[in-house]
Amino acid sequence: VVEVTLEGDPDPTTGMVVDLKEVKDILKREVVDPMDHRSLNFEVQPFDKVVPTAENIALEIWRRLAKRFQPLPSKLYRVRLYETADLYVDVTEDDVNSKQLQR
Amino acid sequence: MTASITRRYRFSASHRLNSSELSDEKNREIFGKCNNPYGHGHNYELEVTVRGVVEPATGLIVSIQALDDYVQSRVLERFSNRYMNLDLIEFAQLVPTTENMASVIAGILSHQWEAAFGKRGPALARIQLQETARNGFELLLKAKAGTSPETSERAKIYA
Repeated sequence: VVEVTLEGDPDPTTGMVVDLKEVKDILKREVVDPMDHRSLNFEVQPFDKVVPTAENIALEIWRRLAKRFQPLPSKLYRVRLYETADLYVDVTEDDVNSKQLQR
Repeated sequence: MTASITRRYRFSASHRLNSSELSDEKNREIFGKCNNPYGHGHNYELEVTVRGVVEPATGLIVSIQALDDYVQSRVLERFSNRYMNLDLIEFAQLVPTTENMASVIAGILSHQWEAAFGKRGPALARIQLQETARNGFELLLKAKAGTSPETSERAKIYA
């Protein structure tokens, strides 16, 4: 299960942060269509070279989405990827900007 | 690149909310039915969040097996199926509210964190303790590798 959180101010006219239809289309095109029912190792880049751990899949989903949400009024705040109901990985902007956290 | 990984654990334990600093009447007034003399149980859900570098070679922040073993031996084995007020030394003087439990668990987990996961290893970033489906408490710890002074202080007090 992937959860995508966007951040932004509600539009004064529509009262919406973002058009959910647009979000749905982007998620489908960038993440679900290329990854759903695929063997990540063999069929989805970069997992031919990168181990498809939950951490790496979450980071890849962030990379695919971050640039797509640029033209929208809201920006990507968090990608949460559940590997099981009891295990999930979070990626936020802090993670992507971090200079490897103390290294 | 960094990321956070969160693991959820479950344990059942019982408690009675009662403060030795308060009168019986005041205890009943503040804690209500949670002050009933023989205690009551909860099915707790504990989330432990670890933040750190996703190691390029493995793609992992932390070994889940190592994290499971660490939490199992230090927290779950001690708390599971216990009457916290009497069975756990940490609550000899401290009311075992979920707030205090979260703080105690954070202290226990951070106490030997560096020894277990390395000085430059991933950091213990967050504890979330859910008492019921409707109430839980979250403790954000310094998102810095190793044990922060604040959490090691807690470890000294409670662990």
